[in-house]
Amino acid sequence: MKVTSKVIKYGDHVDTDVIIPARYLNTADPAELATHCMEDLDTDFKAKAETAKIVVAGRNFGCGSSREHAPIAIKASGIRLVIADSFARIFYRNSIDIGLPIVECPAAAAAIRDGDEVEADLDKGIILDRTTGQQFEATPFPAFIEEIIACGGIEEFVRAKISGKKA
Amino acid sequence: MGMTMTQKILARAAGVDSCKAGDLLMCRLNLVLGNDITAPVAINEFERMGATIVFDPARIALIPDHFVPNKDIKSATMAKQMRDFARAQKIVHYYEVGRVGIEHALLPEKGIVAPGEVIIGADSHTCTYGAVGAFSTGVGSTDMAVGMATGECWFKVPEAIRVVLKGKMKPYVSGKDVILHLIGQIGVDGALYQSLEFCGEGVASISMDGRLTIANMAIEAGAKNGIFPVDDVCRAYLKDRVTRPWEAFEPDADAVYAREVEIDLDQLELTVALPHLPENTRLARECTDMTIDQAVIGSCTNGRIEDMRMAARILKGHKVAENVRCIVIPGTQQVVKDCLAEGLVDIFIDAGAIFTMPTCGPCLGGFCGVLAEGERAVSTTNRNFVGRMGHKKSEIILASPAVAAASAIMGRIATPEEVMA
Ligand code: SF4
Repeated sequence: MKVTSKVIKYGDHVDTDVIIPARYLNTADPAELATHCMEDLDTDFKAKAETAKIVVAGRNFGCGSSREHAPIAIKASGIRLVIADSFARIFYRNSIDIGLPIVECPAAAAAIRDGDEVEADLDKGIILDRTTGQQFEATPFPAFIEEIIACGGIEEFVRAKISGKKA
Repeated sequence: MGMTMTQKILARAAGVDSCKAGDLLMCRLNLVLGNDITAPVAINEFERMGATIVFDPARIALIPDHFVPNKDIKSATMAKQMRDFARAQKIVHYYEVGRVGIEHALLPEKGIVAPGEVIIGADSHTCTYGAVGAFSTGVGSTDMAVGMATGECWFKVPEAIRVVLKGKMKPYVSGKDVILHLIGQIGVDGALYQSLEFCGEGVASISMDGRLTIANMAIEAGAKNGIFPVDDVCRAYLKDRVTRPWEAFEPDADAVYAREVEIDLDQLELTVALPHLPENTRLARECTDMTIDQAVIGSCTNGRIEDMRMAARILKGHKVAENVRCIVIPGTQQVVKDCLAEGLVDIFIDAGAIFTMPTCGPCLGGFCGVLAEGERAVSTTNRNFVGRMGHKKSEIILASPAVAAASAIMGRIATPEEVMA
């Protein structure tokens, strides 16, 4: 899987309360959640996400509440990849489960700047900053995550298991 | 190679003799938890997966606590979806408004969680049950859906930080100060992907309510779980609550830890966390110039009877400052009853505080105490992120019930000593 796009850059500890504030959690509709994504952190996020499809952030991205609404809102905003120095573990799990590609790569997270044009090849684990010409190697996904992704997400994975049982 | 407490619990749940950090295990679950915000998402996914019945209606807990009693039509719709599902699936641990409380206060109180059990919850503070020696961790709604369908969940076995507690806490110092101090020391990602395993002779002097507060905020250090050994204090707490058999696990003598952190409880002082991160800790006595508009005493962190008693002890015979709203939120109906029986409600009301029903309410900016632009609250909750309790330009200072109550009286951050002279 390849993603090439302009980058929106954020700092450390971007928490799920700013990704999608709890005042909007009275709905589970992805499109509606997307309209409020990041609004307490960056009021221009929606406009930026029209053209930029990659978010790059610092340490502990997605910390705080376990709300799956957070990766759902990011995905529904059109973001196709999040690169960070590190992710909070529940957010990491949720993203994989719902099929939002996320990559841990401290070097890339430090060097890539807001607005840079980035090309990421997730199969090879290579991230290229076209603006600066710098190239980074990303931590490859562990085997079990590849398996879930190969099934098209955990929902598909379990559906296959359940229908297998019934048959 | 020796195993930590967490590793032993996970190994048993996976049916293997041993495991080490980094191993992937598929574990049997003792309990799957969800609330009125996360369960509707999980129920939708459960249905989309083609699942029709839950793996075990006695091992699922659906707790309406975040936006209930329903704060608006949309949240009423979500609560109803969960209620309908609970009825259709004959979920044993569904508690209706009037019988319910904040999930992480309710489950230990009712003995729904026990030592050695493996529990996932679609709520990040599911880690609270480490206080009774369980492995419990927060997950998202999809994992909850899978858990409800299959009774299983995969885990990457975590390494652990060994937190050695020494000595004994001074008066007014509590579990909240222990965990705020620890988070200040290691940072909000200091235990990322790791367990926090508490040990040491200091554990014995910490009450169960204090341990529940500490384990509750393990997630605020990025931890997968926080866990306490099962000692006599814990056994006494479990005695009349848990009737099914359970097994406690101790770490092996040669268990491998990623690192060790020591906390000297004798030296520990009242601690607060300033906006907008729980790691932004200061001593309460250093912050007495910070004025407040609201004091919130409650939540899954500090809504238990001991917290109510401490707040009442400080507020007794005093008045909440004129320009402060003091909101006291008991964690469960049992805590409400205890507050009534012990005369605490009179103390709160006479002091000029409001005593409300058990709910998450203002903790996540839901209702019942949302902050306006420019307002500042002292709160016994667990998160002080931007916009957590209301407007994105409002501020939250995290503190213990003792500090929150003293601050309510003084109209600024204050220590109990200032009002108890
Ligand atoms: S009281 Fe706050 S932290 Fe606890 S479960 Fe409710 S919203 Fe979450």
